[in-house]
Amino acid sequence: MHYLDNSATTVVSSAAAQKALEIMTENFGNPSSLHTLGINAEHELEAARDKVARAIGADSGEITFTSGGTEANNLALFGAAEAKRRTCKRVIISSTEHSSVLEAAKKLSDSGFEVVRISLAEDGVIRPEDVASAVTPDTSLVSVMLVNNETGAINPVAEIFEAVRLKNKSVLCHTDAVQAFGKLDIKVKKLGADLLTVSAHKVHAPKGCGALYIKKGARILPRQYGGEQEKRIRPGTEPLPAIAAFGVACSEFEIEKNLALVTDLNNYARERLSAIDGVLINSPENALPYVLNITAGRVRSETMLHFLEEREIYVSSGSACAKGKPSHVLAAMGYSRQRADSALRISFSKFSTRDDVDALAEGIALGLKILAHR
Amino acid sequence: MKEILLLKDGEIVLKGLNRRQFEDALKRNIKHSLSDLGRFDISSAQSTIYVRPLDDGVDFDEACDRISRIFGIVSFSRAAMCPEKTMESVLETAPVYLEKTLKAAGTFKVEAKRSDKKFPLRSPEICNVAGGLLLEKFPHLTVDVHNPDVTVYVEIRDFGAYIHADPIRGAGGIPVGTGGRAAILISGGIDSPVAAYMMAKRGIKLTAIHFASPPYTSARAEEKVVKLLQKVSRYAGPMRMYTVPFTKIQEKLRDDCPEELFTIIMRRLMMQISERIAKQRDCGALITGESLGQVASQTIGALGCTDEATDMVVFRPLIGMDKQEIINISYKIDTYETSIEPYEDCCTVFTPRHPRTKPILKFVKAAQEQANFEPLIEEAMNNLKITYIE
Repeated sequence: MHYLDNSATTVVSSAAAQKALEIMTENFGNPSSLHTLGINAEHELEAARDKVARAIGADSGEITFTSGGTEANNLALFGAAEAKRRTCKRVIISSTEHSSVLEAAKKLSDSGFEVVRISLAEDGVIRPEDVASAVTPDTSLVSVMLVNNETGAINPVAEIFEAVRLKNKSVLCHTDAVQAFGKLDIKVKKLGADLLTVSAHKVHAPKGCGALYIKKGARILPRQYGGEQEKRIRPGTEPLPAIAAFGVACSEFEIEKNLALVTDLNNYARERLSAIDGVLINSPENALPYVLNITAGRVRSETMLHFLEEREIYVSSGSACAKGKPSHVLAAMGYSRQRADSALRISFSKFSTRDDVDALAEGIALGLKILAHR
Repeated sequence: MKEILLLKDGEIVLKGLNRRQFEDALKRNIKHSLSDLGRFDISSAQSTIYVRPLDDGVDFDEACDRISRIFGIVSFSRAAMCPEKTMESVLETAPVYLEKTLKAAGTFKVEAKRSDKKFPLRSPEICNVAGGLLLEKFPHLTVDVHNPDVTVYVEIRDFGAYIHADPIRGAGGIPVGTGGRAAILISGGIDSPVAAYMMAKRGIKLTAIHFASPPYTSARAEEKVVKLLQKVSRYAGPMRMYTVPFTKIQEKLRDDCPEELFTIIMRRLMMQISERIAKQRDCGALITGESLGQVASQTIGALGCTDEATDMVVFRPLIGMDKQEIINISYKIDTYETSIEPYEDCCTVFTPRHPRTKPILKFVKAAQEQANFEPLIEEAMNNLKITYIE
């Protein structure tokens, strides 16, 4: 099997899986229970929180666990916008955000907020000055993703947030770091983020868990109401098996080593794939090497995907969350409809090898020969 | 309290000498549909079918739900069986059994059906006595004989006395299996499941045929069709689904036929393959979800060209319906949500940019014959996959 769809999800590391099993079968208490089992569970919860916090250079008190990236993004957008609803009506996002930000923003705009969407510059990233020029005194939130999930393009988030604060220092700055987490060295202070989203299953931990970093002092409102968990910002019994495994996965990060490995692999893939007649590279030159977006001739993405699947090569036809819809990201980058229709997203992990890339290149070359062109 | 279901046959009662056959088929279908809920006694008398559970603790709500989808039943009532066939027993049973219904109502009336003419009270007397008692027990009620919230039925039949409120509407139609067999060509869109449902309603037992073109279509597209057929089978009963491997045929079409005729020749080939499967399965007709003018392949000219490909009767129950009318039925039979899942089906692979809307049969036939699909059709027929839909 050649799994090259790691931006969709990743295999759970054996240490993380082991931890989840241990929590489910032995240390299964409810962290809110007053007895020893509960206290032990709470220790696990706090240990995991600490590991996640450390991975982004935050204090553990600044980490709120959620059910995943989508919930964390929703919490950031609605939580920040609603908190200042009376005085601030403007929310700024980039046009190539993940659907969990785009759709949340759409809902905000339906309920009376003014949502501004910043377009990509020609080089495929968001420019700080474009964002800053949209900031007004009544802006409550800016949300710009760190790494794009479809192309790997890296936005200059630190510069963007700096420029935003020069215009209005009370704006909350959020970044969706799901695709960057565990792959780039992220430090919330360097980025200047007030809110930052991460997800567990993209970093070799189970699905069903994510976290929102909320900088100390940043005020957001909860999206749901209930018990005392997560400082009432996200009440509900914590899914400890996934959270504890998430903690373990974070402590296994080897960012520099893996980045070097994947950079090498990405270069190799660009080289092999560009050599195939009809293949075009869509990811920017300086994109995060974990993601490589290409267009394979004029064969429809889904067709090529299923063709490769028959050979046990797994890739994606864009973002896995957008099943079958044409990519808004590639459109925003100025690529034609035809080029977007034949786009494939290849995404690596620390477990990917040259052998995987070879199989992929051969598969695509064969597919282009056999499959119908439209 | 013992409950029973009283089912009213629909059109069956209009049948002549073969009425028995229809009733037997209906009873068989009911029995099959309820089989995993427990044992039931199913008998018919006085143009009513009685469904009586033989065990305690049967899930009666589920049974009613399933009965509501069996074709051949116009309406049915969920009734209490009075322990004895006496007026006293009726008066004891009615207020208890209908307590919830009557408490929620403002007005009511009682209607009596006395088919056992030996019962000492006559119908108007039964109404009077029962109505008087219910007014006494539920003082908030008033009688309204013209437009009551609830009608309480007291049925005095040969085998016992039954109490029930207003009957529930059944699925109508005639029992599945009495109309013979036909094969439905199902793609996964909105139309074909509706067409399948409509023909099953007219008593047809279905065989399903699906064309798959991996890798142009995904495994999910086929799973979607299975899901749709499972929904349809709640009305139409169990059926077989044949999956035809269609990739090579479509690739040959692309390579050897003029682009503007892709769709029309593809549909002819689908008809021809379906005809062969249908004949193996003793089907007397093919069914499609075509609706006139909906797309290029559904114009009069295109349908004429498609029809010519087979000797079989082709039923197109949606031919005169608007899309919205079709969608309304798909909501009713709960296939809509599944139908709109966004997976490619074989009909959209290699769609020509400018399909012919007025194809000329002799050119279509010539193009098809010149390409000679026969070996590939043979190959597809030898590689059919069968899925059982329950």
